[in-house]
Amino acid sequence: MTSPLLTHLVKDLRIEWRSREAVNSMLFFALLVVVLFSLAFSPRGAFSQEISGGVICVATLFASMSALNQAWAREIRHQVLDAQRMAPTPGAELFLAKVLANFLFVSIVQLVLAPVFLVFYNLHVQGQAWQLALVLPLGTWALVANGTFFAALSIRSRNRELLLPLILFPIFMPALLAMVLATGSILTGDSDPTLWIKLLLGYNIIFTTVSLLLFDVVLHAE
Amino acid sequence: MKKFAITLYVAVTLALMAWGFYQAMYVAPNDAMQGEIFRIIYYHVPSFAAAFTFFSVSFLGSIGFLSWRRSHPNWAQIADAWALAGAEVGVVFCSVGLTTGPLWGRRAWGIWWTWDARLTTTLVLWLIYVSYLLLRRFAAGPQMQTLAAVLGIFGALDVPIVYMANRWWRTQHPAPVFGGASGSGMAPSMVGALLWNMLAWFAWGVLILGIRYHIERQQQKIAAREAEQALNA
Repeated sequence: MTSPLLTHLVKDLRIEWRSREAVNSMLFFALLVVVLFSLAFSPRGAFSQEISGGVICVATLFASMSALNQAWAREIRHQVLDAQRMAPTPGAELFLAKVLANFLFVSIVQLVLAPVFLVFYNLHVQGQAWQLALVLPLGTWALVANGTFFAALSIRSRNRELLLPLILFPIFMPALLAMVLATGSILTGDSDPTLWIKLLLGYNIIFTTVSLLLFDVVLHAE
Repeated sequence: MKKFAITLYVAVTLALMAWGFYQAMYVAPNDAMQGEIFRIIYYHVPSFAAAFTFFSVSFLGSIGFLSWRRSHPNWAQIADAWALAGAEVGVVFCSVGLTTGPLWGRRAWGIWWTWDARLTTTLVLWLIYVSYLLLRRFAAGPQMQTLAAVLGIFGALDVPIVYMANRWWRTQHPAPVFGGASGSGMAPSMVGALLWNMLAWFAWGVLILGIRYHIERQQQKIAAREAEQALNA
């Protein structure tokens, strides 16, 4: 007897392991965003320290769009989603499994990207580097939990993929602000990021809870 | 009787707006510091007060729709019409506020815009409700109402967090320009004009809200009738 959550999670991980679609496309896209930003702003010295926090967050945000949409678009084919709606399991487990899988994919992308980023922007972390290990996962969770929820919501609309960024970005703004400011203050060592970490934590608790509660409503909307 | 009441309400609203305009332009004195440009407050503040009220209407409508959509489908439709009307009229009032704000700021602060807590929060609020309206346009069929109600709730939850985030952000890095809002110590001669305009714009907003609600209800009924005809055909 395995729980539905584990079943969904293993299925998503297996699909990704065989195709490697999500991670590869996200990785390349994020790399492109990093290069585009450095072309657009030609960051040097202290300036590159200041903006790099924002660039890595925005790069992750843009890159995750395609993967989040794909996560549900895959279920639409062959009416898999309809089958899941009929299955006698709570939708929250399906949702949580998708969030965990996407969280893993986006984290892998960030881990691979980090060294590239340090090289391109000539960074040296002046604050406490271990705090990054707290900020980035928290920010990624905020992005992925909301993103998975709104991807499921927008996949039900006529324009599908187009709608996700339009409704996710405004909702995600406070978390993005906290993530950017926390990363920035760790990289420059200017100020204490504790407040922003707390804000991210609060945001995650509130929005993950509401997503879990409302996911069944979205899944069964008709 | 109903027609008479509506006509009376429209007449009173128009009279209030004319009276408010008179108060703002001719009765209220110039501001000691800012001069004539200060009069924009009589449009700026009422617009935002109305916008926040109508967004609350939208939030309550969204909650109502989600809680009644199974047990009382008819109530749920009414709640959904309120949610839509509140969001649309709220966005219009919020746009008016966001337009008058920079016009005022340019003269009073010397800049069009600053990323301070209140301004950023309002802009994000506006963006959230525009995305709500986009969703309503893009999604089709009865599921759209459910999805929109979910987004309406998420959006309303986001507002206090955005506000806190920006307040902390700006208290850590004090902005060079802040102030110019009304708040402390407004001359009594100005308070009168402000309250009249507040009342007038609220009355106007409620009128538009009512019209928008009525139209949405009619459209819901037409859609329901067409669905029934399609079933019987």
